[in-house]
This record gives sequence, C-alpha cells and structure tokens, in this order.
Amino acid sequence: MEKLSEMKAIRAAYGEALVALGAENKRVVVLDADLSHATMTLNFSRQYPKRFFNAGIAEANMVCMAAGLSTMGFVPFCSSFAIFGAGRAYEQVRNSVAYPHFNVKLAMTHAGITLGEDGGSHQAIEDMALMRVIPGMTVVVPCDANETKKAVFAAATINGPVYLRLARPATRVFEQNMSFTLGKANVMRSGTDIVLFACGIMVATAMECAAALSQHGISVAVVNIHTVKPIDRVCVLKWAQRCKRVVTMEEHSVIGGLGDAVSDVLLGNGNFAFTKIGVQDRFGQSGKPEMLLAEYGLDTAGSLARIKTLLG
Amino acid sequence: MLTCENEKELALRARNMRCHIIRMLEAAGSGHTGGSLSIVEIMALLYFKHMNIRPQEPRWPDRDRFVLSKGHAAPGLYAALCEAGFFPEDELKTLRKLGTRLQGHPDCKKVPGIDMSTGSLGQGLSAANGMALGLRLSGKAARVYTTLGDGESEEGQIWEAAMTAVHYKLDNLTAFLDHNGLQIDGDVTKVKSMLNPGARFQAFGWNVLYADGHNLRQLDAAIELAKQTKGVPTMIIAKTIKGKGVSFAEDKAEWHGVAPKADEAVQAIEEIMAGGCK
Ligand SMILES: Cc1ncc(C[n+]2csc(CCOP(=O)(O)OP(=O)(O)O)c2C)c(N)n1
Ligand SMILES: [Mg+2]
Repeated sequence: MEKLSEMKAIRAAYGEALVALGAENKRVVVLDADLSHATMTLNFSRQYPKRFFNAGIAEANMVCMAAGLSTMGFVPFCSSFAIFGAGRAYEQVRNSVAYPHFNVKLAMTHAGITLGEDGGSHQAIEDMALMRVIPGMTVVVPCDANETKKAVFAAATINGPVYLRLARPATRVFEQNMSFTLGKANVMRSGTDIVLFACGIMVATAMECAAALSQHGISVAVVNIHTVKPIDRVCVLKWAQRCKRVVTMEEHSVIGGLGDAVSDVLLGNGNFAFTKIGVQDRFGQSGKPEMLLAEYGLDTAGSLARIKTLLG
Repeated sequence: MLTCENEKELALRARNMRCHIIRMLEAAGSGHTGGSLSIVEIMALLYFKHMNIRPQEPRWPDRDRFVLSKGHAAPGLYAALCEAGFFPEDELKTLRKLGTRLQGHPDCKKVPGIDMSTGSLGQGLSAANGMALGLRLSGKAARVYTTLGDGESEEGQIWEAAMTAVHYKLDNLTAFLDHNGLQIDGDVTKVKSMLNPGARFQAFGWNVLYADGHNLRQLDAAIELAKQTKGVPTMIIAKTIKGKGVSFAEDKAEWHGVAPKADEAVQAIEEIMAGGCK
C-alpha cells in the first residue's frame, strides 16, 4: 500500500532531476523557449549555463535545434508548455525528431486542464494523442515527483525520442521505493471487481476512488500506466481479464490518450465493461485547477460517479 | 492632430484603464500585469479615437478590427472594452474564474468586441493579415489594428506574416510593436538578441514609424500617418515601459506574470491616480 506524504509539483521534480542528470552525464543539454522559470529548467541553466540554450519564444526552432544537437552526440531535453511543445512544434517533432529517430527528449510541462487560470488556449488536452500517433515515440506520464525523477533518468538511457508529459500543480508524492521501468506498468493496488488504469495526476485520484469503494466491499485494482507508449500489454490484459470491469483515468481528452491505448490492447481479447474518464471532447477554460477538475468530472467525486456506472 | 480636449479625455481613459487592470488582476489573483500596463495608451487611442466600432453592435460588419496578438495582455483589452461599454464594469472581477467570459486569454466566442482568440504567441499578425485581405476583398474601407510583443517577435511566424503583409500591400493594416524590452526570461536583447526590431521590419518592406508608446500625441500622429500611407503596411514601434504607471512593477521582468496583492493594488491605484492624468 502506498503511503501518502508531502505534496510536490511534478515540474519542480523535473527541474531537480535535470540538474542531477546533468552532473552525471555531460552530454545532456537543455533547451527552453522563454519559459525556464515555469518549466523549472532554470535550475539547470544556472548550474550548467554552457549546456543551456534559450531558443527564445520560438518552439519550432527549439525542437529542430535539439534535433541538430542530438546528431552531435548530445542528449537534448527540450521544454516548454505542452501546448506549444507538442502542439505548436508538432510537425517539427514529427519530421525533424521522430522521423530520423533522433535522441531528443521532449519534456513538456503545464499539460492538461490543471494549468488553470491561463485558460483553454494554453491547456493541452491532446498532446498524448499527438505524440502517441508518431511511430517510435515513447510517451511517459509520471504520477508524482519521485516518478518524474526516475522517468527523466530512464529517458536518458534509451536512444530515441521520448515525450514526458508533466503537470503543473503540486500533487501528492507516493513512497520513494516504487520501482520504475519504462514500458512496465506499476500495480499500485490489487483487486478483483474492477481495475482502474490511470496515468499522471489521476493515479492519486484512482487511489482515492479505490479507497472509497473498498469501504463498500468493492475490490478495486489500480494500475499506474506511466508509460502510455509502448504500453504494458501483458499487464493491461492480465488485470482487465481478472476484473472484467475496466476504467481508464487521464487528465487528457478521452480521444487518443490512455483510454484509447488501453482499449486497443483489449480489442478482440474478451468482453469487458469499459469506461473512459477524461476530458469529454471539449476545450478547457480558465479557473482554479481543483475547480476545473470538478467541472470536467476528473475529481474523486466525478470519477466515482462514472466508475459506479460499471458497478450497477 | 490631437486637441487638448482629446488628449485630456484619452489620458483619463488611460488612467481608468490602468485602475481596471490592477483591480481585475488583484481580484483574479493571477495574470499578466506588466504587459497589460504597457499597452494602455495604444488601446486608449484605438478604442477612444481611431477605431470605428459600435459597442452596441459588436459584430457590425463595417467595424475596424483589432487583434491582440500578445494575448496575455488580455486585461489591457478587457479594460478598453469595458470602458467603451461592451460589457459592464462589474464583470471585470470575474477575470480568470470558472465560468467567466473573461478568460485568461482573449476568447472571441465569449466576449463581445473581441475579433480574434489569441494567447499562443506569434499567430495574431497572420490573422490580422487575413482580416485585412478579407476587408479588401469585400470592398470595405475598414482597417485592421494589431498589437505584438517584442518577445513575441522571436516567433518565426511573425516574419512569415511580415512578408505576407508587404507582399499583399496591406495598407489597411496598422501594427504596433509594444517594445518594452522584456520577455519572461529577461531582457529581449539577452534572451534572443532582439535588437532594433524597427530596422528588421523596415528591411522586410514595412513603413516603420517610431513613437513613445506612452505619449498620446506621438502615438496619435503615427496612427494618422499610417492611415495616409498607401501600398504598404505600417509598423509603429512603440517604445514602452513594462508595468507602466506602477513604480514597483515598472521595467521588471518579475512582474510579467504575477498579479498585485491587496496592499500592492492599493499602492498601485494611488500611484496611477496621482500620475496618470496631467
Ligand atoms: C507560442 C507561445 N509560446 C510561449 C508562450 C508563453 N508566454 C506568454 S507571454 C511570454 C513572453 C512574451 O513577451 P513579450 O512578447 O515581450 O510580451 P510583453 O513583454 O509585452 O508582456 C511567453 C513566452 C505563449 N503564450 N505562446
Ligand atoms: Mg516585451
């Protein structure tokens, strides 16, 4: 069982992890597009100014710069907000990074509606979909600060493009010694009646839902799918077949993200009751993160309501 | 020419707009203070002298258009629209709150008087070009105005649009560059050597004019000149101070994206009231 301790922002952990990685690996370089205070690459830029490049407000330019740097044996980490890094620079990511399968890491912060007050223009609810659809792209959505650190180090060990989807707000931190292997899902809690597959900040929500349901004698499994692509097919199938009731939980559109990744695995492999918790094909908007989560049915209450539709 | 009366009225509008900006940002608890305050005089001249608009008929087809390309300065736009009567002042305090029309960045589906949704930097000038082309194609005499940030001009798309406006001889387009010298990560010359933007636009073929962006007479003269210029678009390089009118925010990159707290707002309003109207 998990132990809930402090709260910490995933992007803050990203900033720290980059500095630690930079100390260990001198080939790591970092690029940002005038958001280094928000993405937390600022730490790295202060520690290793020679290995930091501010591309200016020019995300497409940044991504292709990283592509070039990777051809010289460097390991570039690019950061901006997810909407700009995955959205604005999409075709650059596709053609200058992924098509040649370069070793570029795209670590994009402020993903999802919990970006908050800046509003719908800035809330990426489609970045997982955009990145998942690119051949050879690894897509990782860490659930907390510890997992973020592990994901950053793991991303640097594989040769190829990786998209790290990082959230803005402070979220709860699970216990330190949770293992992390790219492509291998983490079973957070076992159960037999229903399985919740979650990623990112929704893992904590899934755990809360599970705790609430267990009060009513319902046995809930929670699986943290931190690597959305390549997805852990074996684990997904095993828990879906055991529970027969399947819920996916993501702070992303229900189109193209974790829900679709899980349903692709299940297709043709049995009969399941299935529902996707996520943003139901609408844009985000301004508001406080917690109020937005409630508005979009992604808080514990909203999630429970949808989960209960499968429990009859 | 700006008459003394005009100037007085506009200065009063500018002062009111600054107060609105401070109050709405304080109520919101987040948002972009510096870049909203730097565009106030530009907005005052557009909304209270030059733009042909009908607050009671926001979608009037013959209206002049405005695109806030640097969309994060939404409070500056909302202040002008509210002063002009597009929506009630009371609504300002809903800024950035769940369910509001006044989103963190301008949303043309929600707010009367907004012609283009913006927020992702670098896209507004292209949209303004499209509007200018559309007005010409429809045989309308209306004009298009847009305001860009100097940091924003690091986006390649700005230069794609700069070429386009010249290529299509969009003399019904007037752009302002809010040249406050700062972006988020610091000085525009340090982040990306954004030196001498006027010369750059000139090299692209624009009619480039320079004005003190807080001097109503200079701005007015430049806008008049732009209206008379034929065959090329005009870029008015407005030298501004980010956070203008509020001593603790002036020329400070840290004040890009934070809202004043209650005590700071009180001080800000005092300073604006003392200095804003000559
Ligand atoms: C495409 C894009 N990239 C990044 C951002 C985040 N951002 C918002 S404001 C800003 C700095 C803008 O600087 P500038 O254009 O000089 O604006 P001003 O100084 O007038 O506030 C940045 C990087 C954005 N809104 N859009
Ligand atoms: Mg600026």
